[in-house]
Amino acid sequence: MATIDQPRSETAGKQYKVLGTRPIRHDGADKVTGRAIYTNDMQLTGMLHGRILRSPHAHARIKSIDTSAAEALPGVLAVCTGADFPDVKDKIAELGEGAVNLAHLSANVMAHDKVLYKGHAVAAVAAKSPHIAEEALKLIRVEYEVLPHVLWVLDAMKDDAPLLHDNVYTEELGGKQSDKPSNIAKHLHFEQGNVEEGFAQADIVIEREFKTATVHQGYIEPHVSVALWNQDNRLTIWTATQGSFTARQQTAEVLQIPVSNVTVVPCEIGGGFGGKISIYLEPVAAILSRKSGRPVKIVMSRAEVFEGTGPTPATFIRVKLGATRDGKLVAAQAYLAYEAGGFPGGVIGPGCMCVFSCYDIPNAVVDGYDVCVNKPKTQAYRAPGATQAAFACETVIDEIAEKLGIDPIEFRLKNAAKEGTRRVDGPVYPRVGFIETLEAARNSDHYQSELTGPYRGRGVASGFWFNVGLKSAASASVNPDGTVTLVEGSTDIGGTRTTVAMQLAETLGIAAEDVIPRVEDTDGVGYTDVTGGSRVTYATGLAAYHCGLDIIAQMKERAAILWDCEPDQVEFADGTFTGPGQSATFKELARRLLETGGGIVGRASVDGGGATNGFGTHIVDVEVDPETGKVTILRYTAVQDAGKAVHPSYVEGQMQGGAVQGIGWALNEEYYYDADGRMRNASMLDYRMPTAYDLPNIETIIVEVPNPKHPYGVRGVGETPIVPPPAAIANAIYRAVGVRMRELPMQPHKVWKAINSQE
Amino acid sequence: MGKRIHVTTTINGEPVEFLCEARQSLLEVLRDVLRLTGTKEGCNNGNCGACTVLLNGLPVDSCLVLAVEAEGATIETVEGIACGGHLHPLQQCFLEGAALQCGICTPGFLVAAKALLDKNPNPSERDIRFELAGNICRCTGYDKIVRAVQDAAQRMAASR
Amino acid sequence: MSAATSAYVFLPRIRRVPSPPTPQLAAEIAALKDFEYAAAATVEEAVSLLAARGDSARVLAGGTDILVQLREGLRSVDLLVDIKKIPELTVLEYSPETGLKLGAATPCYRIYGDERLRTAYAALCDATRIIGGWQVQSRASVGGNLCNSSPAADSIPALIVHSATCQIAGPSGVRELPVEEFCTGPGRNALERGEFLVSLTFPPPLPRSGSHYLRHIPRNEMDIAVAGAGAWLALDESGRIAAARVALSAVAPTPKFAAEASEYLVGKAPTEEVFREAGELAKKVASPITDMRGPAEYRIHLAGVLVRRALTKAAERAQSGY
Repeated sequence: MATIDQPRSETAGKQYKVLGTRPIRHDGADKVTGRAIYTNDMQLTGMLHGRILRSPHAHARIKSIDTSAAEALPGVLAVCTGADFPDVKDKIAELGEGAVNLAHLSANVMAHDKVLYKGHAVAAVAAKSPHIAEEALKLIRVEYEVLPHVLWVLDAMKDDAPLLHDNVYTEELGGKQSDKPSNIAKHLHFEQGNVEEGFAQADIVIEREFKTATVHQGYIEPHVSVALWNQDNRLTIWTATQGSFTARQQTAEVLQIPVSNVTVVPCEIGGGFGGKISIYLEPVAAILSRKSGRPVKIVMSRAEVFEGTGPTPATFIRVKLGATRDGKLVAAQAYLAYEAGGFPGGVIGPGCMCVFSCYDIPNAVVDGYDVCVNKPKTQAYRAPGATQAAFACETVIDEIAEKLGIDPIEFRLKNAAKEGTRRVDGPVYPRVGFIETLEAARNSDHYQSELTGPYRGRGVASGFWFNVGLKSAASASVNPDGTVTLVEGSTDIGGTRTTVAMQLAETLGIAAEDVIPRVEDTDGVGYTDVTGGSRVTYATGLAAYHCGLDIIAQMKERAAILWDCEPDQVEFADGTFTGPGQSATFKELARRLLETGGGIVGRASVDGGGATNGFGTHIVDVEVDPETGKVTILRYTAVQDAGKAVHPSYVEGQMQGGAVQGIGWALNEEYYYDADGRMRNASMLDYRMPTAYDLPNIETIIVEVPNPKHPYGVRGVGETPIVPPPAAIANAIYRAVGVRMRELPMQPHKVWKAINSQE
Repeated sequence: MGKRIHVTTTINGEPVEFLCEARQSLLEVLRDVLRLTGTKEGCNNGNCGACTVLLNGLPVDSCLVLAVEAEGATIETVEGIACGGHLHPLQQCFLEGAALQCGICTPGFLVAAKALLDKNPNPSERDIRFELAGNICRCTGYDKIVRAVQDAAQRMAASR
Repeated sequence: MSAATSAYVFLPRIRRVPSPPTPQLAAEIAALKDFEYAAAATVEEAVSLLAARGDSARVLAGGTDILVQLREGLRSVDLLVDIKKIPELTVLEYSPETGLKLGAATPCYRIYGDERLRTAYAALCDATRIIGGWQVQSRASVGGNLCNSSPAADSIPALIVHSATCQIAGPSGVRELPVEEFCTGPGRNALERGEFLVSLTFPPPLPRSGSHYLRHIPRNEMDIAVAGAGAWLALDESGRIAAARVALSAVAPTPKFAAEASEYLVGKAPTEEVFREAGELAKKVASPITDMRGPAEYRIHLAGVLVRRALTKAAERAQSGY
């Protein structure tokens, strides 16, 4: 576990007292003793248990629903269907990372007249026990008119494909719409330079096609919500969400009630990875609670999680790259068709923006398509859209480097995006650390080591994610003993209470343990966007920093009272206030607040616009069993620019966890559909996420090229590490057995077949 | 409601009696009846290990045990791992080694790892990875979990 | 671990794209209705409970398959008869002279945890070590794995190559059946109304014998076999193969004894060439389907590879006295 500090910016090399240390997380004891309260641990007096009836068909019109027998079952207190949902007009709601059409959101939460995928919710029951609720589901009669379905993006783009929506038209750049309804909801187009001239300059041009399968985020905690619609018309929701405020907004809009009537209480959350931003159960539990007058809890089964929530899309991608003989990329072209699932609005946008984002390519054109298919509405999954695009681009990069006889890292270094590089979709990079990750990878023990043995190969790939800023609020109150209670609104999925608290501690010159962080509900803290986009340590950390500055300013005033001087005569450095002939540590001054005017509360609300990009480079050694096609990961190293690693253990953890999700995506994970549009492997057994026994230790090298726009240089780290693994592994397989894998997942039978169809 | 069955067990060292339906799993009863919510539900069909408890000293998926089968049994859950005011070395090493992110799989890992160290006080990395393959973690990539178990084994050996 | 998700799945099929309205099938919805639970104290008590209830009663051993199937709506019962408390059902009696007697509900961990069995019945130990994770092995039994009768069951090829015999109790007493005749189709077996599996007996180990079970799975653990192979062989004093048994899983509606491959091996030297040929012969009993675990042609290919590898390791063990 190495950390490489790149002293190239004014914030680099700064000595910190708290940042860069590894304190025990503040919520740690609760989480290792079983005391932490996740949503499913909520128990309310009189609580009912809800269950959801789901479509057995991939595409059908609902002719009728008869719930009378279910309602009559003893122990059942409420039943609801799409008819209980208010009519929501088409309206786009911004959810921080991504937007949603509310009419589609409502129809996804509960089908109104049509089911668009197997697993689409059609009715729900609340009963005295989950078993009674399940029995009641069996008594609901739904008549369907089954319609032809379409399961693959390229099939859905055909003119004669079954049409999912008769009111969705293809939106072209500039707002132009197609004449007739289409499964293609959007066509994106970006370009710079002149690609034709660019390819004409190239000595080598390679064009390849890629397919990737639908995959799920795979968080271990199923979706769960508890709703209490009180008799005063106030709605309280405890839910497993990445963003309590966006959950509040979506729920209020779908139910057509004022946002101020809804309180969302974020409990501890058992993983999200982008899949717990959209709402599913919240409004259903709310309606069942309103109808029954009792609190209602709904927990999804694992099969429901797979079939009824948003995976990330299957894709078809074509990438064409041109380079000169000396290894300079001169032109690039990409065609990306991403499945949106049952409703428009998938992750094609970031896919298009990320496909060439690692490289400085003067001439490039990218076309992207957002396409409806009869699968669950897709959602974000860790660097949404980027992993598929990188699989395509990074595999072609490797092929060009190999054909030109250039080391794959050297090739990337020749073309690496840097400060001033214009991305194909427009933005020009600020100071970024891609080159530094490549250099660190090249110099690593792993890359310098020799790999020997038959059927073994080493692959390299790089990855990019934007990292977002968005809005965060925080407040902090100083306790008489010199500790500080920090209130924030970012649900803590992976230790962000601690990384945010550490930034406040650094600002105040106190220990990380002297900050007591609390994640509050939507009534207890200012507006805070989702935990996503690798933003929390960056933006909520920024809010904590500003809270700290606010506290320091107020404490200077108190010191001035005590020392009988002007506030601007008081200085603060290294945790100590100094005035004319006087000084006091933070703790000493904190003790005297109540005699100088009362407690101090610092507050801040930020819109973090200064987030900057994260780049990473991964190295993997594999061994392929030529007789079975099975790939074994022998060694793995992830290198990434974190800006500043606030808590290095959790930075490493993000890199390791992301890399392993990428390994699962590369080798085995997929939604396996039968011809009827039913997912046949909707269980943890058959979906095959990696276990501990499938992996080696994941080595990490943290590069620190500070973000100049953040007081502590933070960039965010969570998403980038999932991007390189599939391409890195495909490149390693090629080096091991000489076959180029261009379809995910690269299961044993596919690798075997590829080996056997070699010349 | 189906017929209720009376069951007598010992949970975390204390005698516990409860009533349950035959169809209720041990997981359901621990969580919903006995309010021992430290044991987590991840898949409810024995594929993720989040609900691991020790049944007569052996790790089991409590979702795959009927509560009625626990008659006369001794059960240990995550709530019983810490002794008195002290965390178990495994718990301490998980914290120090940042071996958890979201924490939902952690109780299952701790219980399974405790069973492993009870059986094999000095496991190799391979032993740990093999024996914990029934526990899925989606956040950490397992690296820090494996190291935390190794650290705990060393600490326990040193204090023996 | 769910047999419901194994290679052959007996889910109710939904009709495809008919135009008239189709009512939702109740069987689509997984609802675990309540049932009775009875812990039988004797074999006779279990037989009488099962005989009285017929198809609406099922046996509960480790529960790692039946509970999943009930919860997923793939089976429905009015009564579960827990047989674990019957003393005969959890015996593990071994002597080098008489062989092994294994109660049908004896959990996997007791088998691979028994040092004596590791050399005598290595393939059985290999198989029980990889059924599910440790949590499943604490509960799941070889008898349960056999009675669940999944085509992909890991223990059945091992039972076949070890020449195990089933003792089945029923209303008319106890009968015996060679294990390779037990499974009759995916999820189906030779048990009649009121019958249940009491124990499995294994002949004593021969000198210079060795065995192995292995499977191909995409993950390294916690997976269902794409194909599996068990092999057992005994060498004569000159080192040639005196007797051999080869069996396959996950490549046919039931686990299969590969008779032709087994007979071919007798009298041959234990060479890679011979084992490769045995693998080719074993492929003849493979009639797999294409499903999410892999294409049929791949599984047939795997059968050959796995048989060769199983035989190689079995021979190593026979030679080394493993």
